[in-house]
Amino acid sequence: MKRFIGFIKKEFYHIFRDRRSLFILFGMPIAQILLFGFAITNEINNVDIAILDHSKDTTTEEIINKISASKYFTIKQMIVRETDIETAFKKGKIKAVLNFEKDFSKNLIKEQKATIQIITDATDPNTANSITNYINSILQNYQQSKNKDIVIEYQIIPQTRMVYNPELKSVFMFVPGVMTIILMLVSAMMTSISITREKELGTMEILLVSPLKPFQVIIGKVVPYIFLSVINAAVIVVLSIFIFKMPVQGSLFLLGTESVLFIITSLALGILISTIAETQQSAMMISLMGLMLPVILLSGFIFPISSMPAPLQVISNIIPAKWFIIIIKGIMLKGVGMAYVWKETLILIGMTLFFIGLSVKKYKIRLE
Amino acid sequence: MKEENVIEVNQLTKTFGDFTAVNTISFEVKKGEIFGFLGANGAGKTTAMKMLIGISKPSSGQATVAGFDVYSQPENIKKNIGYMSQKFALYDDLTVKENITFFGGIYGLSKKKIKEKREELISELGLENISNKLVGSLPLGWKQKLSFSVSLLHEPKIVFLDEPTGGVDPITRRQFWEMIYKAADQGTTIFVTTHYMDEAEYCDRVSIMVEGKIEALDTPKKLKEQFKVDSMNDVFLKLARIPSPTLPKGKGKNTDCN
Repeated sequence: MKRFIGFIKKEFYHIFRDRRSLFILFGMPIAQILLFGFAITNEINNVDIAILDHSKDTTTEEIINKISASKYFTIKQMIVRETDIETAFKKGKIKAVLNFEKDFSKNLIKEQKATIQIITDATDPNTANSITNYINSILQNYQQSKNKDIVIEYQIIPQTRMVYNPELKSVFMFVPGVMTIILMLVSAMMTSISITREKELGTMEILLVSPLKPFQVIIGKVVPYIFLSVINAAVIVVLSIFIFKMPVQGSLFLLGTESVLFIITSLALGILISTIAETQQSAMMISLMGLMLPVILLSGFIFPISSMPAPLQVISNIIPAKWFIIIIKGIMLKGVGMAYVWKETLILIGMTLFFIGLSVKKYKIRLE
Repeated sequence: MKEENVIEVNQLTKTFGDFTAVNTISFEVKKGEIFGFLGANGAGKTTAMKMLIGISKPSSGQATVAGFDVYSQPENIKKNIGYMSQKFALYDDLTVKENITFFGGIYGLSKKKIKEKREELISELGLENISNKLVGSLPLGWKQKLSFSVSLLHEPKIVFLDEPTGGVDPITRRQFWEMIYKAADQGTTIFVTTHYMDEAEYCDRVSIMVEGKIEALDTPKKLKEQFKVDSMNDVFLKLARIPSPTLPKGKGKNTDCN
């Protein structure tokens, strides 16, 4: 035990004396969570639009007022000629143009219908889609308020309710993802780098010749990172609760336990990587390409798994991060307990055991 | 004084696939002896050494180190040996003191013992003024002397040195060998690989490995007589020849780095 404490102390010296690893350990989580929280967002806010109003009557004015009153849009420009639409888009600021037809009010009264053309800049399809949807719903609202007194014979009124994230804040979606990435990064990449570093320096050989058993060496290298990862997870949760008002509906204890489980999964992966990689550089490359990319692309963190092609959906199952994201989203947003995430938890445990088993086997082969 | 063997090797062999890196070598090393283990790069020195220090399993043959069997008791061997590798192997980002404390710790020395040893070692090497400096800032020669002293911290019966003087200047090498002599005088057995032939002259006995086999084993003096030459360098050249570009069945694999 005493040997062990000395070992861990030494590991902390390594970490705290290396600015690079300190930055990855503590700067990165904070930077990432703030970036994802503030800068990178799927929400529509203050989108600049332009109006081309051919009729300029009371109805169009009311609609325009409604739109400019919403926090989603800012009317930047009033266009007078059709030909100016293109110029407005090309300048890049304007994301949508509303084109009211001539005699809007008159048509509405006479023929019971009038047309607005919504033109969006679809260089960013997601935003274009959202803009269209938002404007549509503003128009629908307006229409309903106009039709209040009229009785329509058949009417289907959809009542939508967004549960678990009623304000559709994208930060709620990002926090679980960012937490996953960071735990993965710190646990898997940092451990694999620190183990391969000992190999590169030749100190690993010295450690293996010492009375320490190989598994003690590995555990000694890994324990400090468990500790640091737990701190990181806590920092992320605290930041998201206090800065982004992210709710934690479920039990904090369960959240903590699941996080520790995922940390161990990542560490096991890190150990496995270090049995394959001979240099720090290759350990880093394997971690980045082999772990980070799949986590970002295939775990459902940014792109929904259900809309992926079938083969990718199958592949996503072998990515531990996918299961962890399901678990923490459930706990944080839906407030579910173990009864709902036991399956995912078992999968993670299974994967962890598999990775550890594989590393032990690889390790033995190396020693032969 | 009774001469006891601290290393006994009999027909030890290591194969990788169809390549025989170490081919039925046999020798004994006596207590307190400085045993030189020579050979060209790729001759199998490091592979042989790795079997003796318990980090590589032999393919066949027997060997005991410090009285323990290399197959069944590697853990006991590890407690009784010190090891210094050809790569300099202390931690650059730890101070001199921290390195000593750490390595003392993993060999299970008590706090008190570590402190005692640490102070002794620092004063012996004259490192008082820089004991709190990071090892990375020291010149290579000092690092190597420190590394050697650290490998002796737990008072091992045998210390294995794998090309310990690679890349240092002649004066430091000289000082290094004085340290080796001192350790040997105190009863520590030294098992050293080198390819500096002048260093071979300092050894009590040397073995020369060629292509996995031990081709010669005796005192430097007797070897020189046997081969009728004046220096160990010539002995080595006569034996080792310069390996031809067409290496044996080994497909040119360099087993030294395994």
